[in-house]
Amino acid sequence: MSTPPDLHDLSVVDLAAKLAAGDVSSVEVTQHFLNRIKSEQLGAFLALDADVSLAQAKAADVRLAAGERTPLLGVPLAHKDVFVTRDFATTAGSKMLANYRSPFDATVVSKLAQAGMVSLGKLNCDEFAMGSGNENSAYFPAKNPWDTRRIPGGSSGGSAAAVAARLTPAATGTDTGGSIRQPASLTGITGIKPTYGRCSRYGMVAFASSLDQAGPMARSALDCALLLSAMAGPDLDRDSTSLDMPAVDYATDLIAARAYKTGDSAPKHPLKGLRIGLPKQFFGAGCAPDVLLAVRSALAEYEKLGATLVDVDLPLTELSIPVYYVIAPAEASSNLSRFDGVRYGHRAAHYTDLNDMYKKSRSEGFGDEATRRIMIGTYVLSHGYYDAYYLKAQKIRRLIAQDFQTAFTQCDIIAGPVSPTVAWKIGENKADPVANYLADIYTLSSSLAGLPGMSVPAGFGEGGMPVGLQLIGNYFKEAQLLGAAHQYQMVTDWHDKKPGASS
Amino acid sequence: MSQATHVLLDKLVNGYEVVIGFETHTQLTTQSKLFSRASTSFGAEPNTNASAVDFALPGALPVMNKGAVQRAIEFGLAVNGHIAESSVFARKNYFYPDLPKGYQISQFEIPVVQGGAVEFFLEGEKKTVRLVRAHLEEDAGKSLHEDFADMTGIDLNRAGTPLLEIVTEPDMRSTAEAVAYAKELHKIVTWIGICDGNMQEGSFRCDANVSVRKPGQPLGTRREIKNLNSFKFMQQAMDYEVRWQIEQIEDGHAIQQATVLFDPDTGETRSMRSKEDAADYRYFPDPDLPPLVIGRDWVEKTRAEMSELPRVMAARFVADYGLPEYDAGQLTQSKAMAAYFEAVAAASKQPKLASNWVMGELSKRLNSDEKAIESSAVSSLQLARLIERIADSTISNSAAKQVFDALWTGESTDVDAIIDAKGLKQISDSGELEKIIDTVLAANAKNVEEIRAGNTKAMNALVGQAMKATQGKANPAQVNALLKKKIG
Repeated sequence: MSTPPDLHDLSVVDLAAKLAAGDVSSVEVTQHFLNRIKSEQLGAFLALDADVSLAQAKAADVRLAAGERTPLLGVPLAHKDVFVTRDFATTAGSKMLANYRSPFDATVVSKLAQAGMVSLGKLNCDEFAMGSGNENSAYFPAKNPWDTRRIPGGSSGGSAAAVAARLTPAATGTDTGGSIRQPASLTGITGIKPTYGRCSRYGMVAFASSLDQAGPMARSALDCALLLSAMAGPDLDRDSTSLDMPAVDYATDLIAARAYKTGDSAPKHPLKGLRIGLPKQFFGAGCAPDVLLAVRSALAEYEKLGATLVDVDLPLTELSIPVYYVIAPAEASSNLSRFDGVRYGHRAAHYTDLNDMYKKSRSEGFGDEATRRIMIGTYVLSHGYYDAYYLKAQKIRRLIAQDFQTAFTQCDIIAGPVSPTVAWKIGENKADPVANYLADIYTLSSSLAGLPGMSVPAGFGEGGMPVGLQLIGNYFKEAQLLGAAHQYQMVTDWHDKKPGASS
Repeated sequence: MSQATHVLLDKLVNGYEVVIGFETHTQLTTQSKLFSRASTSFGAEPNTNASAVDFALPGALPVMNKGAVQRAIEFGLAVNGHIAESSVFARKNYFYPDLPKGYQISQFEIPVVQGGAVEFFLEGEKKTVRLVRAHLEEDAGKSLHEDFADMTGIDLNRAGTPLLEIVTEPDMRSTAEAVAYAKELHKIVTWIGICDGNMQEGSFRCDANVSVRKPGQPLGTRREIKNLNSFKFMQQAMDYEVRWQIEQIEDGHAIQQATVLFDPDTGETRSMRSKEDAADYRYFPDPDLPPLVIGRDWVEKTRAEMSELPRVMAARFVADYGLPEYDAGQLTQSKAMAAYFEAVAAASKQPKLASNWVMGELSKRLNSDEKAIESSAVSSLQLARLIERIADSTISNSAAKQVFDALWTGESTDVDAIIDAKGLKQISDSGELEKIIDTVLAANAKNVEEIRAGNTKAMNALVGQAMKATQGKANPAQVNALLKKKIG
């Protein structure tokens, strides 16, 4: 007999089962995670309030005691600090919003609360979600629990570090150009960015409105499926870009598949008929050999499951970098204009007139990367440059989306690496923003196209650091992605590996 | 010299042709704001009619108010414009404390209403001003400089209020024409109910782009007079601006493109900012808002449900009542006036007389007493009765004015009673009239001779004599007929 696993090693599904069975209370579970968070050294959390969390847990226990049995009731999670919350301060990783308290909850936050989830606090991230290493947090960098000298990825770096280190069973993240998938990949967890518009953006501090999308980060596809089922759905009264499509139950089929698998008559080739497209642009010289090796062995596993691999072409992949770094900063430069020191947020202590107040408040409030992107965005939208940059980028964006549609005539899912390398050392790329931008190469194109994509743990590379497999689906095909990831996770255990810095 | 050139030269000011285009911000009558559910009501405590969207709190997103779109469609139909199947909201980026997001959501490249025209009469002449576009946009908040020492207060109650900005071609050739256009536009938007037209509260604000040129020359450099919120100031401001521009040019100075404000106290315009300070607004499509798609069924449903438009009603007045176009245009200045006219015409069965009286005596009295037609002291039924008495020759036109006066001042409410009391009844007994005419003929034998010799002018003198003898109570036409008969 093995000893029963610690509470923090349980998946969301298993925790929910224990709560439903009355083996443990939500208050106990919540207190357990709060205790772990108290001693964390990863810089994963920006805001905590044990009283708030425990009060939510008590409320969940009341619901449980009343006989309610919903899939997430009483399970804790934590939110990326980009989601505004009534109960915790929301900073978006920026000094500009130090101590900012929102009078309302983001839709995603309130939906998960309605589902009975308990919020453990707010998670570190790159300032305004701008970055891929969490080094742009105005407060402190988050660290990778597999090697605390390394970045956990970004911008949802706190979310990834916390889930990987078992400080929370699950977390919310946001993905504008890879900010869920890349940190999930670099910390060995599972994360999905749904189709643009699937989750409401209401209450997400906006970075690039046409790209921002919320998604869950957890240890398995099944856990992500449970969370996404609660997070997704139309919010037409509050977000005009929200998809007018009913919420989907992503988890039931996966749970059924799991039950089937453990039975006697499991099919040998559950993914028979699934065509996985491999864009040659994702497997070129730009990708580190250790990453390629892990990705290829994962693909071999998919073949064993019955999938067929086909070559596809995404010829404009390289252009996704300049296109993204025109469009996202353009939108950001405008979205961040509201941080002017007039109504809330940072205002300089001393100024001579209105313009001086703007200049000082914004210069003091924004960090380097936010400032850089505001300047790039302002430039590309300026009179005389708009056509050459912004408009051209939008045209190429459309072509990139068309390329995906062409590829999806030959395959059902596209696969490749998430990041060209494993997690790099903190400070390594700090002086070279372009190096960071280039590392987004495999996630940007699907973001620009608005497609769903996920990262699935697929082994380890250099330094024993995790490598993620990226799966990209066609529009609204989250269920297919989660199903494919789930099948893989039923025959592999990469997602169950624990980092050294987790206990 | 052709007729057209003659007309043009008539309007020249010191040899210069005036060219004016208008941009009008009409505040739409929706209950809530363009992109939030906060109330649009006027005069609330500062910052009480503002939501998370209006304060531009982090995470707040705009959601289009369908009622504003509905009103834009109604306007487009009223001016025969094209309702765009798909129009785009753009962000106009600039920093100002009363602009909470740091950008205004407006429509830039593709507006909701494209083209159209406003038609009206100016001194009996029909004018057409072409519209470039009408687009939806949100208003800014207000900076309050009073009541705060060394500080500025910000009130965001107005922030996000829906506006329809209506832009004309530079089609107006005089300041009078421009004011007439503004009045006509005001009439249209209030008539269809998309704007309350309250100029004091800023519901209808005009910017006038004014330039001058020598006839035949290309367009001159324009200056834009901002925020004209009364027709009187509009006229004064443009007149001043035209004089000022001509003086500048005559003095050898080139006009610099500028935005100016009119100061009603000095009667002058002064420059706010020149082109050099013009901001780069970095317009781009708002990624928070998908294109505004308006199905043809929505447009057609709106068309079917709209009340009769002034120009349609005017055409009907011409066709059904046989009124001149000018009359029809005047009578459709407001829904209330048109309704009053129709009531009088229906009750009296005398549309032309009804038109004359509504446009004439009634309008004159309403103006001098500063009363709206809704609160006219003479009801449509009273006026109809009065007109009947003119039509059936009971009273003469001049007697009718005395009756109207008595009705207006409240001396009595009954037309026939006034006629009796004042003894205004025309002499309708032809025997009595014949006696009077015989007397007139006898006393003016010389005139009779002249008429018989072919001098028709002498006839008028006799008619005058006869009318005088009856103290105006005779029907002039009847007198004329009797005189002719008797002289033979």
